[in-house]
Amino acid sequence: MAKSKSAYSIPSKIGKLETHILVVWVDNEASVLSRVVGLFSGRGYNIESLAVAEVDQKENLSRITIVTTGTPEVIKQIVLQLKKLVPVHKVANFKREDKNVIFKEMALFKIVGNSSKIKKTLNACKKFNPVILDQTNKSAVIQITAMRREIDKITKNLKSHGLISVSRTGAVAMTRGAGIFN
Amino acid sequence: MPKLYTGAEILFKCLEEQKVKHIFGYPGGAVLPIYDELKNHSSVKHILVRHEQGAGHAAEGYARSSGKPGVVLVTSGPGATNVVTALTDAYMDSVPLVCISGQVPTHLIGTDAFQECDTTGITRPCTKHNWLVKDVKDLQRTIHQAFEVATTGRPGPVLVDIPKDIQFAKAKYVSLKKEKKIKIKNKNRFNQKDIDQLIELMNKASKPIFYTGGGVVNSGPKASELLRELVALTGFPITSTLQGLGSYPGDDNQFLGMLGMHGTYEANNAMHDCDLLINIGARFDDRITGKIDEFSPKSKKVHIDIDPSSINKIIKVDLAIVGDVTDVINSTTKTLKKKNLNLEKSNKQKISKWWQQIQKWRTKQSLNFINSDKIIKPQYAVQRLYELTKNQDTFITTEVGQHQMWAAQHYKFNKPNRWMTSGGLGTMGYGLPAAVGVQLAHPKKLVVDIAGEASVLMTMQEMSTAVQYNLPIKIFILNNQYMGMVRQWQELLHEKNYSESYTEALPDFVKLAEAYGCVGIRAKNPDELDEKIQEMINVDKPVIFDCHVDQAENCFPMIPSGKPHNQMLLGPKDQEENKITGKGKALV
Repeated sequence: MAKSKSAYSIPSKIGKLETHILVVWVDNEASVLSRVVGLFSGRGYNIESLAVAEVDQKENLSRITIVTTGTPEVIKQIVLQLKKLVPVHKVANFKREDKNVIFKEMALFKIVGNSSKIKKTLNACKKFNPVILDQTNKSAVIQITAMRREIDKITKNLKSHGLISVSRTGAVAMTRGAGIFN
Repeated sequence: MPKLYTGAEILFKCLEEQKVKHIFGYPGGAVLPIYDELKNHSSVKHILVRHEQGAGHAAEGYARSSGKPGVVLVTSGPGATNVVTALTDAYMDSVPLVCISGQVPTHLIGTDAFQECDTTGITRPCTKHNWLVKDVKDLQRTIHQAFEVATTGRPGPVLVDIPKDIQFAKAKYVSLKKEKKIKIKNKNRFNQKDIDQLIELMNKASKPIFYTGGGVVNSGPKASELLRELVALTGFPITSTLQGLGSYPGDDNQFLGMLGMHGTYEANNAMHDCDLLINIGARFDDRITGKIDEFSPKSKKVHIDIDPSSINKIIKVDLAIVGDVTDVINSTTKTLKKKNLNLEKSNKQKISKWWQQIQKWRTKQSLNFINSDKIIKPQYAVQRLYELTKNQDTFITTEVGQHQMWAAQHYKFNKPNRWMTSGGLGTMGYGLPAAVGVQLAHPKKLVVDIAGEASVLMTMQEMSTAVQYNLPIKIFILNNQYMGMVRQWQELLHEKNYSESYTEALPDFVKLAEAYGCVGIRAKNPDELDEKIQEMINVDKPVIFDCHVDQAENCFPMIPSGKPHNQMLLGPKDQEENKITGKGKALV
C-alpha cells in the first residue's frame, strides 16, 4: 500500500448499501426544508427522492418523506442528526423491503398519439390505478401511483406509445394496520 | 394598554433577564438602533473588538472559562460573515454562543441591499439553530429560546438575525418569570440498568481505562469533582483528550497524559491494549483514534455522551449511556458505593498487572526531548512557564499548531475551565481573542496565550482591544519563524519540501507590542528565560513575549497517519536508540 501523505486516515472498506425511507415530522416554518436538505448535502448523505407538504394546519406540521441510501451505520447517523434539528419532532425510519409499510409515488404521463396508443398506455398501466386527467383527440394526461422502480420501468416501456413528458413526485409512506408511528 | 418597547429595548431586556454581563461586538449600519440603546443598560458591558472574528473567539474564551454563554453582536453583511469562523469553531468544540446580527430592513431583504447577505443561510451549517426575526412580536421568545438552545444538551452556537426595522418596531415585553416556563427536555436517557451493566463491565475488567473529553468540562465543575471520585474509587488509569484536559489533575499518578496523535506513549498503548474502554464525554475524533480498523481491538467499549448522534458515529460501542456526564457519574459512584464492591481493593490485584505494564510504557518517557543550553527548546519554554505559573490559578489559551501540542503535553492542568484551545476546527488565531474573553471573565487571574508567531498574526489586532479595556493578557509566542506543524509534516511526509511554510518577513514583536501600547519582552537563550517569564508575570499590562525557539524542533511522540495507537513515532532520542536495535525501522 502506498504511504499516506495525508494528515487524515485512508478510507476503510465501505459496507453494504441499503435503501431506507425516512419520514420526518417538522414545524412548517421558514427554511426548515433547507435545514433538512442542508444536513444531507453537508454530511455527504444521498437523497434519492423527497416529498414534502403540510399535513396539519392547526399544529403547523409538515411531513417530509426522504428516500436515501447508505450503510446501516450511515442511515442510523442520518436519523440521529435529523433528530437534533430544532424544528424536527420525530423521525421514522423504514427499510424499503419493509412489508408493513406502504410506499407510493405518483407520476403524470403525457401521451401524444391516436386513441389506440392511449388505450395501449392505459392497458400497460392497469396495475397502477391509471386515471385520465385530460384527453384530446391526439393526446392524454394519465396519472398513476406505483413504486419507484415500477414507474422507472413503465416510463421506459411507454416511450414507444408516444410518451413525451413525465412528472413524478417523491415517495410517500404510511404504515399498514391501525397503528401509527410514534 | 401595556407599555410598548422597541425591538432594541426588548433585546436588552432579554439580555438582562439572561444575566448577560458582557457582549463582544462591533457596530455597523444595521445594528445602530441596538447600539443606541446600549447606554440605557449599565449592567450589560459592551467590549469593542477590532474584527468580528475576534468578538466570536473572545466570547468563546469567555464561555469556556466561565461556563456561561458568550454573547456576540455584529452588523449585517461583512459583520456576519466575519464571525462565521468563530461560530464554526464553537460548533465543533461545543461552546455556547449567542450571536445577534443586524440585518437590512425587512422590505430590502432579497434585493442585494448595501451590506446585505443571507446570514441565516450562511450560518445554518455552523450553528445549532438560527432565526431570522420578521416580526417584533416574536423577538422576545426567539432571544430566550436562543439562549436555551445554546446552553442545553450538547452546547453550541446559535444566531439571531434582526432586521433594522424590527429593532425600531414596538411590542410588549412580558417578564420571563411571568412567561410560561419553557419546558426543558430532560436530556438523560439512561436508566439504572445501564449503570448496572457498566459496573458489571468494570468489575470484570482486568485492563480498564477511562478516556475522558470536553463533555466533562461542559457538564460543569461538579462533573470534574465526581470524575476524580470515580477514578479514585476504581483505581483505573485515565487519559484525556485535548479538550478534556483539566477535568482530572494533570500531575496525578493515575493520569496517563493526553492521548491521540500527539498523546503520550503510555496513554495510546493503554488505549490499544485495554479490555475495557470507558469514554466519558469524548467523541472518538480522528486525531484520537488513529486507524479506525485497528482502534482498541480487544476492548469492550462504553460511551457516555449527552449527544445520541455521537454514539456509534465512528466507533461501534458495546454499551451506550446517553446523558449528562454529571448525572451518569453520579449514578455510577452511588451504585458502586451502595453495592460496596470496593473496587479499589478487590480490583487492585486484578489490575495490578495492567499498572505494571503501564509503568513499563511510562519508562519510555515519550515527552522527553533533547534540551540545549544554547537555544531555547519550545518544550522547555512551556515547562518553565508551567513551573513559574503553577502556584497561581492560571488560565491558558492557545493558537493552533506545534505550540498547541507542546502546551497540551507539558502544561499540567488541575482544574477544568483553565484550558481554552481550538480542537475540532483547529483555528489559527483563536488564542489571542480567546484570552481577551477569559481575562474579562476572570479579571484578577493570570491569562496566558501560548502562541505561535504565524497563528497570532492572524488576530493580532485584538491586542488593541486588550489595551483599551486594561486586560493584562500575556501572549507567549514560541517563535520559530515557521508554520511549525506544516513544516513538520513537510519534513516527515513531503521530502522536506518546505513549501511556503517559512515566514520571510516577521514584525519585530517587541516593537509591535510597544506600538499597541503594551509591553514587549524578548528571550533568546535558555539562561534568561526564567527571568523574562517572571518579568512577564509581574507586569500588570498586556504583554507580547517573543520567545525565540529552535526552528527545527518537531512535536513528538506522534501517530503517523493511517497507523494504529501502538505504532507511535517517538522523539529523536528514542529513534536513535531504536536504530541500533533495528526495532525503530518498523515504526517509521
